[in-house]
Amino acid sequence: MIAGRANNSLYIAALEERAGRLGLYKGQPLANARAMAPALNVRSADEKQDAALLEGMVEWCDRFSPFVAADPPDGLILDISGAAHLFGGEAAMLNLVTQKIGAQGFAVQAAIAGTIPAARALAKFAALHIAAPGAEAESLKRLPVSALDADEKIIAALRRAGLKTIGQVMARERDELAARFGKAFVAELGILFGHEDRPLNPRRPLPDLMAEQRFAEPIVTGDAIAASLLSLAQSLGDILEQRGLGLRRLEASFFRADGAVRRIELRLGGASRDADRVMRLLQEKLEKLHDPLDPGFGFDLIRLEAMLTERAKAADSDFDSNENARSEIAYLIDQLTARHGEARVLRFVQQDTHIPEAQSVGIPAQDRDFAQQPWTARHRKNDPPLRPLRLFEKPEEIFAALDTPPDGAPAFFRWRRARFDVARAEGPERIAMEWWRKEKPTRDYFRVETKEGQRFWLYRDGLYDAVNLHPRWYLHGVFA
Amino acid sequence: MHDLRHFLARYGLPPDRPILPLGVADADAALGGGLNSGALHEVYAQDWAAGGFAACLAIRLAGRKPFFWVRPDYEALEYGALNAQGLVELGLDARNLFLIRTANAAGALAAANDILSCPHAGIVLLELCGEPKALDPVASRRLNFIAAEKGVSVLLLHEGAADQPSAAQTRWRVTCAPSGDGEWGFPAYRAELIRNRLGPSGSWTMTWNPDDGLFRESGRAAHAPHPGALVAAASYRPVEKERRFAF
Repeated sequence: MIAGRANNSLYIAALEERAGRLGLYKGQPLANARAMAPALNVRSADEKQDAALLEGMVEWCDRFSPFVAADPPDGLILDISGAAHLFGGEAAMLNLVTQKIGAQGFAVQAAIAGTIPAARALAKFAALHIAAPGAEAESLKRLPVSALDADEKIIAALRRAGLKTIGQVMARERDELAARFGKAFVAELGILFGHEDRPLNPRRPLPDLMAEQRFAEPIVTGDAIAASLLSLAQSLGDILEQRGLGLRRLEASFFRADGAVRRIELRLGGASRDADRVMRLLQEKLEKLHDPLDPGFGFDLIRLEAMLTERAKAADSDFDSNENARSEIAYLIDQLTARHGEARVLRFVQQDTHIPEAQSVGIPAQDRDFAQQPWTARHRKNDPPLRPLRLFEKPEEIFAALDTPPDGAPAFFRWRRARFDVARAEGPERIAMEWWRKEKPTRDYFRVETKEGQRFWLYRDGLYDAVNLHPRWYLHGVFA
Repeated sequence: MHDLRHFLARYGLPPDRPILPLGVADADAALGGGLNSGALHEVYAQDWAAGGFAACLAIRLAGRKPFFWVRPDYEALEYGALNAQGLVELGLDARNLFLIRTANAAGALAAANDILSCPHAGIVLLELCGEPKALDPVASRRLNFIAAEKGVSVLLLHEGAADQPSAAQTRWRVTCAPSGDGEWGFPAYRAELIRNRLGPSGSWTMTWNPDDGLFRESGRAAHAPHPGALVAAASYRPVEKERRFAF
């Protein structure tokens, strides 16, 4: 017996069959229930856990159809249009779903209909019913009005008006119903009978192509998994070849027999349909997982989904050495990215800004075609490097001394407990921060060279003025 | 069929391992013409800006081929993040630049080995700090061997470390030098070739010219180079005893 709290009193949220036989019902105040049956085993409701469980079920139902949604508090909706034949027809699918979910320990009621509200109503009141396509009205006729997805007040009003079953409601004119119960109610009826459509949104983006393999006996060993992945990759590769497409992003889903689902994503820098290459990268990825793939009692479904495909170039330009070099480097990048992660394999783009730390930005190497990115060349020929080789992400504060305000560089400075005497300096290069960041002062950058020859990039944070008598100095970078 | 094409593309052409002169006549003579590509070289940087010498050598060795800079995350905290604009200022085409950041030195070494297996890479610059355990003589011999086999150059940049025996073809100990009179601001270094498999050692003061991608001998070798780290304000600690410098 699960008790929930509403309006500051406890009521029964769910109960076992035996309790039901005693005359207790869902929604009954707990006090009454205890009066009727003193020896009750009551646990408090935990909505969060229930919701999490439902979410897990939704993930698991992905094996039947990608269009799955949770229907809180305790329902699931699957859109099986076009998928029923994969399971041997609607009746077979209904039995399979009911049986599989029941095998996990749930009490299941399921139904199939042409619209979501109709299916929901039938599942609650006429389980295992399959409404004929387009003929929801027939199936729904005998259901009580409480099966309608409407406000309680409206249902009470329907009863008071003498409309006890959905069939009686259907017999009335639309205008009458709209006048008495509101246009919203009539709209809901429209959806119920399929006059208007409200489709289900898929939870995850739908793949372009998919290949899956089901196992009557769940597989556990690494070899079996690898063999399955290879054959799936090959069939996917064949379809891609027929359509002249290549893979950019692949998702491998592993469905465990006990309900858990694990998904691994693989990205490629350039479109490819080489099954061996994809397999090797996938193996790399699987080896490097923080949380290794655990089959538990076995996987009973393995699926490869091509999430993003692109037109692939023809594979017969292998004798062109540039092309070959480029594709080899691309494969190397894919391999490094699979091993170390996207954020660690970077190439650079140039941004149009004077803020030095934002000028060149590192971006994952698979992201775009970097060869086409424009880069302005060095500032002027015969000029020394004007930007440092290293930049500290957080400029380090230094103690600078003996600079000549307003525009002079320091004569010496202390940094990281060492003292550096400045032999030469050039500057200031005045770089203002973004105008909308009013609290960030303008920086005056100086290239300095110490007596020993070390070259640094310093800046003074802010200009000298009546208010700012002691601006701070920072070391931003180290030149080559 | 695909394997055959691959094999031909990789081995059909004669191995391309040019010798790249640095631009300073004496140094090139000692090196036997220039720096060998497809080999392991090491640079021990003794002060702040000396790491740039490795970058310049790497730009020379890479040519137009892809340039891979591999560094553990810790380097960015201690020595600063890599600024692609700075490498452009030294003469590199940033479109050839790849940065691999790894969690630790062992990961960096593994990544370097991975990159070396692709013969189309130009150079791997592996930046390490201190003396990582992962880099033992076996590992460095392996790097040299794979570099020679695939024709990819490897440059190890050690910061804050004392030099150690390894399988490198050339080993340099570098400090900064003040830039020459007419060339204020150009990267100038006092580079000591402490180990050279193909010839004698020596030391030269070189300035890098970003426009033509070569060094030239700088006239000014003003101060005699300090024997060790130019660091501690209070107490000067000799190089060999310290595990890593506080610079």
